[in-house]
Amino acid sequence: MPAALACLLLAIVLWAPGAQAKLEIEIIKGHASALPIAVVPFQWRASGYPPITSVTDVVSQDLYRSGLFNPVDEADMAERPVDAEAIRFGTWRLLKTDYIVIGRVNNAPDGNGYDIVYQLFDVHTQERLLSQITSVGLGDLRFGAHRVADAIYEKLTGVPGAFSTRIAYVAATRDGERQHFELVVADADGFNPQSVVGSPEPLLSPNWSPDGERLAYVSFEKGNSAIYVQHVSTGARELIASGKGINGAPAFSPDGRYLAMALSRTDNLEIHIRDMSSGALRQLTNHWAIDTEPAWSPDGRNIYFTSDRGGKAQVYRVAAGGGTAERITLEGEYNARATVAPDGRSIAVAHGQGNEYRIGVWDLENERMRILTPGVLDESPSFAPNSSMILYATREGDRGVLSAVSADGNVRQRLILSEGDVREPAWSPVIR
Amino acid sequence: MNIALRLLFALSVAVAVAACKTTEPAPDTSADDTTRRPAPVEDVVTSAAPDPRDYTDARNFDNNESLLSKRVIYFDFDKSNVKAEYRDIVAAHAAYLAAHGSARVTLEGHADERGTREYNLGLGERRGNSVTGLLSAGGGSGNQLDVVSYGEERPVCRVSNEDCWWQNRRVEIIYTAR
Repeated sequence: MPAALACLLLAIVLWAPGAQAKLEIEIIKGHASALPIAVVPFQWRASGYPPITSVTDVVSQDLYRSGLFNPVDEADMAERPVDAEAIRFGTWRLLKTDYIVIGRVNNAPDGNGYDIVYQLFDVHTQERLLSQITSVGLGDLRFGAHRVADAIYEKLTGVPGAFSTRIAYVAATRDGERQHFELVVADADGFNPQSVVGSPEPLLSPNWSPDGERLAYVSFEKGNSAIYVQHVSTGARELIASGKGINGAPAFSPDGRYLAMALSRTDNLEIHIRDMSSGALRQLTNHWAIDTEPAWSPDGRNIYFTSDRGGKAQVYRVAAGGGTAERITLEGEYNARATVAPDGRSIAVAHGQGNEYRIGVWDLENERMRILTPGVLDESPSFAPNSSMILYATREGDRGVLSAVSADGNVRQRLILSEGDVREPAWSPVIR
Repeated sequence: MNIALRLLFALSVAVAVAACKTTEPAPDTSADDTTRRPAPVEDVVTSAAPDPRDYTDARNFDNNESLLSKRVIYFDFDKSNVKAEYRDIVAAHAAYLAAHGSARVTLEGHADERGTREYNLGLGERRGNSVTGLLSAGGGSGNQLDVVSYGEERPVCRVSNEDCWWQNRRVEIIYTAR
């Protein structure tokens, strides 16, 4: 069977181009009222062999990871309908399933990819809630499966899914005194990790451009901190700031035209805004304190930033056009590295009390802090583009790992890298 | 976390602490070193050895009895003021810089891991600036002094407790030219 074996190997290669899955995912704290849903294995009607990890598995795992769904174990499925007429709803009601997803994978009509054809039913009302075709290119079956999960998630929760997005993070490995840092971009579930840049010197603070095509980050490769902006797909990059002192904390404006940064070119760390087309630089803050970690409001009008002008680090807000800064966080000794929820209603921060640093969400309207994580050194919160989850860096022993927590704190999951220290996560915007 | 995991975690931390203590070099300065000055040497056989209090003599960089051999300043958590016990060390380096106009120093500012990385970059820089201020006041000139902050990115000790943290909250005085 050498030919079949060759086909199988080819399928594996096509499925995972050049990178193995490094991250495992584990739900630490689930949701008591997760919706039971049966994702029946999609029939493979395309040419060649089906991928090792099926479309169905990817969809199920996405829904499970959200914490809002409890997918039925495939082994418990007595029937595996492919077409709507074959569904016997009574059987699924006995399995205590609320929803059922059926589907198949066809060759695209032009032969250059796949069509994932699927339907979602309410088991109790027998109503068809979704009937869609998701078309993807030859190497993008996994991405297509994430899109299917996005659509199901949106239909059943009313909130767009964020499974077909990506994450950036920094992985640090150490061999004796030698260190190596990689800026990595992976799918939101941790699969398909691709190194964007590697360096023997520290890398930090990755920040996505709103179109998801570029990453701004800080690199110490020249000995001092410097800010670069790099195209994720082509690798082409531009040096943005490498002046005297600190060049840190880059943050793209929501329209992508400006980059906020923390620079100490004036001998003190201040927030600056660079016009990305003209290169013109404007100083936004002017205070003897440490002013850093700018984060834009979704409407681009305001900038939240960390300052210790009141004695300890707290989050302040200033109009992006300039003006007087106003203190925002009012609870806790230390609040820093704000990230604004895409809906603009809250900010997530690293919240320090004594020696414990946790992820907190500050409700901007009600002025209340809610602590979401149990960690002792949690930092770098980053919202999913649908505001549903917050990705953050935490510690296990002396090792850095990434975790994600639902915005209500009810679901928590850990993304484990097989080796090294993982930190500085940044969730991408929605990629169209 | 269940009990077994907690125990495993505690054990791994304990092992890591032990490893840290045995592998990290002893800090090259302490409060004792700076307060207990060596008694003046009155022997006649001192022709070869430099006077440890002659802070213009470059040989004292390698003389453990001289403050010039101390080149790390430690700080309190989230603070950047140079504590009283380190002022003599900084003054010694200021005297050297004043006497050697071609000497150059880079002050590397560092922080412990608590707090966010970018804030700690700012904190490391502020610590470097504090030392710079004292060096200038003591006779060093601006063109001899450079500050680079690494924040929490280059710890000398990697365990999450105060035994490690105090060693990481530091400014290293690095001579790029003597």
